[in-house]
Amino acid sequence: MKNKSFRPWLLLSPSLTAVFLLLVVPVCFVVVYSFWLRAPSGADIPAFQFGNYAKFFADFFYPGILLKTIRVALETVFFCLIMGYIPAYFFYKTESKFKPFLMILVMLPFWISFIIRTLSWINILGDSGMINHFFLQMGLIKEPFAMLYNEGAVIMGLLQYLLPFMILNIYVSLDGIDNSLTEAAKGLGCTEWQAFREVTLPLSLPGVSAGCLLVFVLTCGTYLPPMILGGPGDELIANLIFKRVIGTLDWPFGSAISTILMGLLAVIVYTYNKYMGISQIFNALSKE
Amino acid sequence: MNQEKDQAFVKFRGIEKHFGDVVAVQKTDLEIPEGSLVTLLGPSGCGKTTLLRMLAGLEEPTRGDIFIKGKRINDTPIHKRNLGMIFQNYALFPHKTIFDNVAFGLKYRSASKLEMKKKVDKALETVRLPGVGNRMPSQLSGGQQQRIALARAIVIEPDVLLMDEPLSALDENLREDMRREIDNLQQQLGVTTIFVTHDQREALSMSDKVVVMKDGIVQQEGGPEEVYNHSTNHFVADFLGHSNFINAIVEDKTEKFTKVKLEDGSTCLAVPADEFNNGDKSEIVIRAQKINISYQKDYDKKEGMNFFSGKIMDRSYMGGEVSYFVELKSKQVLHVISFVKRSPYRRGEEVFLTVDPEHCGLLPV
Repeated sequence: MKNKSFRPWLLLSPSLTAVFLLLVVPVCFVVVYSFWLRAPSGADIPAFQFGNYAKFFADFFYPGILLKTIRVALETVFFCLIMGYIPAYFFYKTESKFKPFLMILVMLPFWISFIIRTLSWINILGDSGMINHFFLQMGLIKEPFAMLYNEGAVIMGLLQYLLPFMILNIYVSLDGIDNSLTEAAKGLGCTEWQAFREVTLPLSLPGVSAGCLLVFVLTCGTYLPPMILGGPGDELIANLIFKRVIGTLDWPFGSAISTILMGLLAVIVYTYNKYMGISQIFNALSKE
Repeated sequence: MNQEKDQAFVKFRGIEKHFGDVVAVQKTDLEIPEGSLVTLLGPSGCGKTTLLRMLAGLEEPTRGDIFIKGKRINDTPIHKRNLGMIFQNYALFPHKTIFDNVAFGLKYRSASKLEMKKKVDKALETVRLPGVGNRMPSQLSGGQQQRIALARAIVIEPDVLLMDEPLSALDENLREDMRREIDNLQQQLGVTTIFVTHDQREALSMSDKVVVMKDGIVQQEGGPEEVYNHSTNHFVADFLGHSNFINAIVEDKTEKFTKVKLEDGSTCLAVPADEFNNGDKSEIVIRAQKINISYQKDYDKKEGMNFFSGKIMDRSYMGGEVSYFVELKSKQVLHVISFVKRSPYRRGEEVFLTVDPEHCGLLPV
C-alpha cells in the first residue's frame, strides 16, 4: 500500500520536471533578481533588499504606467468582446458549408509573424498609408490624417492580435449550448432577441469571461504593438520591463516590475478561478 | 374559411417539406381531433419529427397549410402559437431554477407575480414534484427533469402539447412509469397532444390514434388496435410487432375466408378480402404470437386450421416467452413467439405449427 502512494508522482515526474525547469525556476530567478542591487558600474550584486520595489512606488510614474496598462487592457477587452461575439455567434448559427474555411481564417493570423502583422498596420494607418492615400487622392482631405502613434493605433494592434482568442473562447461556449434550449424559449413565447437574452447570452458567459481574462492577461504582457504603433506616451508596463532589461540592462529593477505585474495578474486570475473556473480556457484552446 | 371550423382541432393540409433535394415530408393530410393523443410513429428519418416541428413553427413547410382551431398558422411566428413543447433532452434552462423554468412561459404572458406563483405551484403539484422550485435542473434526476419540462409546457395552458421522443433519454423502467404518467396527465387535462416516437409500445399503449410514417409518407392511421391487427401494408405490419410474411396467390374467395395458394403448391386459408380478385398476387401476414407450436403427435386435428410442419432452427428464451425460428419444408423461416407452458422446444426438433385463418391477414404486394 505504501509503495503505491508515490507511483502517481513517479508517473507525473516527467511533466513535473518540465513544469519545474521551464516555468517555476525562471520565475524564481526573476523574483530573486528583483531583490538584487545594481551597482553604478552596471554590475548586479546579490542582495536581499526592497530598493527596487521602493523605486517603483517612489513616485506616480511607474504605478501610473501600470494603471494605464490596466486601462488599455480593459479597453482592449471591451472592443475584443464586441468585435469577437459577433463572428463567434455567426459561426454558431451558420449552416454554411464554408464554416470550416471561415474558422481557419480566424486562425490564419497565427501563421504570420506577430511583428510583420503589427508592422503592416503602418502601411494601413500611416501618413502615406492606404487609408490616407485613398482620402488624399479622393481630395476629401488636404493633410494626412494622423492615425498612427497614438493609443488608438496601439489598441488596434492589440485587437488584431487578440481577437482570435476571444472569438474561439466565445464560440466554444456557444457551441456547447443545446439548440433545443432556444427552441424551448421561443416556444414559450420569446422572440428571437428575447431568447438570445434569456438563454444564449447567459449560457455563453463562461466563454465570454474566459476570453476576457485571456485578452486582459495577454495585453498586460505585450510590448510589440505599443512599441511599433504607439507614440512616446503610449508605453505599457511590458515596454517598461523591456527597456529596463534590454535597454539599460537593469535586470534587478526590470525583475521587480515583472514581479509586481505577475503578482497583480495572479490576483486577477485567482479571483477569476474562484468564480468562473480556469478550466474554461483550456476547453476553448483544446477544441481547435 | 368557415369550412375549416368545427372540424379537426389541428389540421395539416397538403403539407410538404423539402430540405434541398431531400423530401422529408411528402404531401400529407392529417387531422387531429380536439383532446386526443395522437402518435406519429416511424423509424428515424420518416418525417415524424419534421411534421411536429412544422406545427411548432421550428420549420417552415415548403408547401401546404397548417390549421389550429380552424385558423391558418403558417405565418404565425413560433412565439405566438401557444404550444407546449417537450424535447427528448428535456431542454430545461440550466442556469435558471426550477421555479424560473416553469414560470418562463408565464413571464412572457404577462402574468402577475402572485398568479405566476400559484400557477407554477399547481403545475409542480400536477407533475408530483412540489417544493423543488428553488433547486437547479442539474440537481434533479432525468425522470424528474422531464416532469419539470412537462410542468413548464402545461403551465401556459397550450392549445396543443407537442412531444418529441420525450421518453427515449430515460431508463427502461422509468420510461414505463413516465409513459403512464404522461398518459394520465393528458387525459386529466384533456389537452390535444401530438407525440412523436419510434417506439411502437409507447405508441400503441397511449394513443387514441397512431399515425405510422415511413419515408415522409403516412402509411396508415387509425386506433392502436386497428393499425396493429389490420395493418394495411407490409411496412406497417412489419414495423409493429413481429410478423411473418408468406407470398400467396388468391385462389378462391368465400364469405368466411379466402383460399390462397402458396409458392410450394399447398393451400392456406386467410381472412376474407374483398379487395382481391382470384389470381391476384398477395401476401399472408401472420403475427408471431398467433402461431401455435406443438409436436405433431400431440396435435388434435381441427377442421379449417392452417398447419405447417418444420424444424426449429434457432430459439431465444426470454423469460415469460420463447422466440422460435422454424424452417418449413419450403425453406421459409417462420418466427413464432410462444408462452412457456412446458420446457421449451429444442433446436433441431420437428414441430407442428397451426394458425387460425382469422389470424392470417392478406396484404397487397
